[in-house]
Amino acid sequence: MNVAAAVAGETGRAAASPAGLASARVGGVTVELHPSGAMWLSATRTLVVADLHFEKASSFARFGQLLPPYDTAITLTRLEAVVAALAPDRVVALGDSFHDRHGAERLSPADAARLAALVGGREWLWITGNHDPEIGEHVGGARAADAEIGGLVFRHEPSATFVEGEVCGHLHPALTVVGRGRGVRRRCFATDGHRLVLPAFGSLAGGLDLFDQAFARVLSRARTVAHLIGAERLYRVPLTAARGR
Amino acid sequence: MTARVPPPPTDEPPILPAAFAGWFAGRGWTPRPHQIALLDHARAGRSALLIAPTGAGKTLAGFLPTLVRLTAEKAAARDRIGGRPPARTGIRTLYISPLKALAVDVARNLGTPVLEMGLPITVETRTGDTPVHKRRRQKLAPPDILLTTPEQLALLISARDADRFFSDLDEVVLDELHALVTSKRGDLLSLGLARLRRLAPGLRFTGLSATVADPDGLREWLGGVATPAELVTVAGGAKPNISILDTAERIPWAGHSARHALTDVYALIKAHKTTLVFVNTRSQAEMLFHALWTINDDTLPIALHHGSLDREQRRRVEAAMADNRLKAVVCTSTLDLGIDWGDVDLVVHVGAPKGASRLAQRIGRANHRLDEPSKAVLVPANRFEVLECRAAVDGNYLGAQDTPPLKAGALDVLAQHVLGMACARAFEADALYGEVTSAWPYRELDRATFDRVVDFVATGGYALRAYERYAKIRKGQDGLWRVTNPQVAQQYRLNVGTIIEAPLLKVRLIGKRSSVGRGGRVLGEIEEYFIETLAPGDSFLFAGEVVQLEGVRETEAFVSRAQSDEPKIPSYAGGKFPLSTYLAAEVRAMLADPSRWPSLPPQVGEWLAMQKLKSVLPSRDEMLVETFRRGDRFYLVAYPFEGRLAHQTLGMLLTRRLDRLGLKPVGFVATDYAISVWGLEDMGRAFERGRPTLGALFDADMLGDDLEEWLAESYLMKRTFRACALIAGLVERRHPGKEKSGRQVTVSTDLVYDVLRSHEPDHILMRATWEDASRTLLDVGRLSDMLSRIRGRIVHKRLERISPLAVPILLEIGRESVSGAADETILAESAEDLIEEAMG
Repeated sequence: MNVAAAVAGETGRAAASPAGLASARVGGVTVELHPSGAMWLSATRTLVVADLHFEKASSFARFGQLLPPYDTAITLTRLEAVVAALAPDRVVALGDSFHDRHGAERLSPADAARLAALVGGREWLWITGNHDPEIGEHVGGARAADAEIGGLVFRHEPSATFVEGEVCGHLHPALTVVGRGRGVRRRCFATDGHRLVLPAFGSLAGGLDLFDQAFARVLSRARTVAHLIGAERLYRVPLTAARGR
Repeated sequence: MTARVPPPPTDEPPILPAAFAGWFAGRGWTPRPHQIALLDHARAGRSALLIAPTGAGKTLAGFLPTLVRLTAEKAAARDRIGGRPPARTGIRTLYISPLKALAVDVARNLGTPVLEMGLPITVETRTGDTPVHKRRRQKLAPPDILLTTPEQLALLISARDADRFFSDLDEVVLDELHALVTSKRGDLLSLGLARLRRLAPGLRFTGLSATVADPDGLREWLGGVATPAELVTVAGGAKPNISILDTAERIPWAGHSARHALTDVYALIKAHKTTLVFVNTRSQAEMLFHALWTINDDTLPIALHHGSLDREQRRRVEAAMADNRLKAVVCTSTLDLGIDWGDVDLVVHVGAPKGASRLAQRIGRANHRLDEPSKAVLVPANRFEVLECRAAVDGNYLGAQDTPPLKAGALDVLAQHVLGMACARAFEADALYGEVTSAWPYRELDRATFDRVVDFVATGGYALRAYERYAKIRKGQDGLWRVTNPQVAQQYRLNVGTIIEAPLLKVRLIGKRSSVGRGGRVLGEIEEYFIETLAPGDSFLFAGEVVQLEGVRETEAFVSRAQSDEPKIPSYAGGKFPLSTYLAAEVRAMLADPSRWPSLPPQVGEWLAMQKLKSVLPSRDEMLVETFRRGDRFYLVAYPFEGRLAHQTLGMLLTRRLDRLGLKPVGFVATDYAISVWGLEDMGRAFERGRPTLGALFDADMLGDDLEEWLAESYLMKRTFRACALIAGLVERRHPGKEKSGRQVTVSTDLVYDVLRSHEPDHILMRATWEDASRTLLDVGRLSDMLSRIRGRIVHKRLERISPLAVPILLEIGRESVSGAADETILAESAEDLIEEAMG
């Protein structure tokens, strides 16, 4: 059974634009969601990606878990692809771009050059996160704890108090849908119309189930809609229609 | 080379010293020939393999040589140096059992002769439950005999003081060896024994085993290829009295519940002293236990025992069983092995046993005495199982053996061992390679592969040499590999062993309207993947009760008592063991030979006769393929009889192939006996026109690219990879109490698999995963044998309607996936239609 078909069969189709983009309303602003896991603001030609977690494998390797040292290269390839597809004027990396504060220093020369080409080619803003409270100047780009663009607020970790139109990462949303006797788990965008949580973009970044308590203080469960990442498109699933766990 | 009793040479003491002979006589026993034979081999310094059925006094036989020898030595030493035994730094005899509980049980049993003969011998156990202070003391003042498990052995030989601790070791006794050798635990054990051989030259091994298909392989495994262990066999005792339940009820066409036989089983329990009721899966155990209690008007003490239950609960059942306080226990393979129960006088086997050897083992649980016949009743749950039970009964009478074959050692296990050896002391690669290849499973390991495993342990073994600075082991100027820092050894100790449980959730029972996430009694543990298929409100059977899922928080599932008596979700976990090759061949033979049908219940004979009339009964070596239309779907049903795993793999591959041919397959279902694919195009017509021919469809080339392609996406590979990654030490296990430390310290092995697949598909761990999955989950070897067996022997029958033989598998459609109560009703109604159509 084809996984994408199972997801679609279970959850119904989302209206997808020709570029694979799906749209959603957040705090009264229309945003577009890309199947790569990036968010697109066409008015300001801004691309937003969350939780890249560069150098996660080498971070684990320092403590004896010698994970395959290819995660940064894979994440860069994905990032290059979406940048090439949408040609943004500005990229916002929504925090935890590096898995730890020494991550940037461990980049291989080849990966560092690829990242430099991406950062140097357009306006680039690093929002700082809990994993990367500081990012070395040598990687280029600007740094900020948060930003306001096109009527939306961008921040790594969702604020403790309600903020209309807040876009954040940090939580790595993922959701399992059940069909034909088994579950299919995918990373997803999650929004209740007021706030939006982006999926983790990094190749080795794990997922947290949307039913986890951590989401309860950020999104209204009754109004939460997930956009699950499929092979080539997104699948829209209201949380109330998905299984609870 | 069976038991022989040589006359004792005149200058040697008698083979059984007077004290022992007296003890035997005092109990009214005579030493049995196999016990004497083992003593004889021990005296000559030879390793020996004892193959004997349950109840032959295997354990005592295995320990006699050690007891005799230690007693004699201690006496001699006392005479020599005036009452004080010589100082000693290590243990003398090591006993290894697959089960902690068995080690504890054996310690207790060994205590009797030691105490009654006043032998100056100390016996202690060392398991995961042994307190730290006792372990420490055991290192300082080792007992003479240490009873332990394969995992504890791995820990002991990886310790810095392993040389000293094992320097006095003379003998290793391995219990239930047949149960260990075919698994990864057996691989780890074989490597541990290879190390012991080096630490204690001249070491002897005594293996205790139930009957196996390949005793010579096991002799080599134990003694070494060049010096296989001597074989001592005990012929089977009284022939077991096995029958197939004779029921007045209608035998179901499909399913595994055996509900039709419930009252018969209850009557059997009532009529016997203590009954063990074996089933194949936990879900069947739950279902049967629950059903028995609904008709338990006499409130007979009937208990439940399976691996998912809370440990305390299992202990209580075991204790009650040992005290003869129970009338029956419904159990799974958790009770397959050795612990001595009270007076079990009947074994009931619900569902087909799937293997003749397994059946023999389980039946051995009744009447644990050789000279009395065991009594067993088989309860087939459906019509194909009737055939299988008949074949197994015939097999058991014929003494057929179909235990799984020995296999080459797993590379992930080797990686774990290499790190352990570096923790013990610096090693030289040449020497370790020599040692490793002295272990039977690794005897054909080539040097290049060994070096890749060492490289994996050191720096991950990646083509991209990124981790030299984070190496776990490093080769020094002196050419020796050693661990780079003490944390590496600590990590190794926390992750030792090869038993990888499926991720489990604790199940807590809470009140109907209590809030999820707090409190509740622990009922046991359940596989995460099962819970993932449920929604809150869904009810299922667990720990003998119908419970309803309230919600999941972190690693715990919260349930409440359900209102209804009928669980909505029928089962969890499919059949555990696939049908053995031997039984499969027997079932095919029985189908082909009407002269054997009279030994089957009349309803089953009639069913086969009807099949012969309406369709075809294939000969023993043929494979029948039927095609027919039902409603708006076209069906293909094939009957390879090769077991569920091989059939599932076949189903995936056939579906891909049919899809490519434009025949629009929609789904498939696989059982132990058959496979059915259904789709939107008329496959029968396509086969008749040779587009494709059935020969082409079932060509063995599907095991090439199609398999590769399918595996790329398969969750089966990811599940296998997870186990390999944990065993090999690529990722660490989650340790109790550390689960909450968050995402930062854990990594999804699924994601790691994806990364490796795309960037280094030839990595040593991918190879380990492939070898593992193809053997266990996919049964590729068996599928491949089957495809060559049926080449040119496929019989196609295009039918107007469903055949009698096809009814059971079509009834499985929908059962395989989770379905609600409404679906069950629809199924039952349409089931009747199917039967009418076929028989009418």
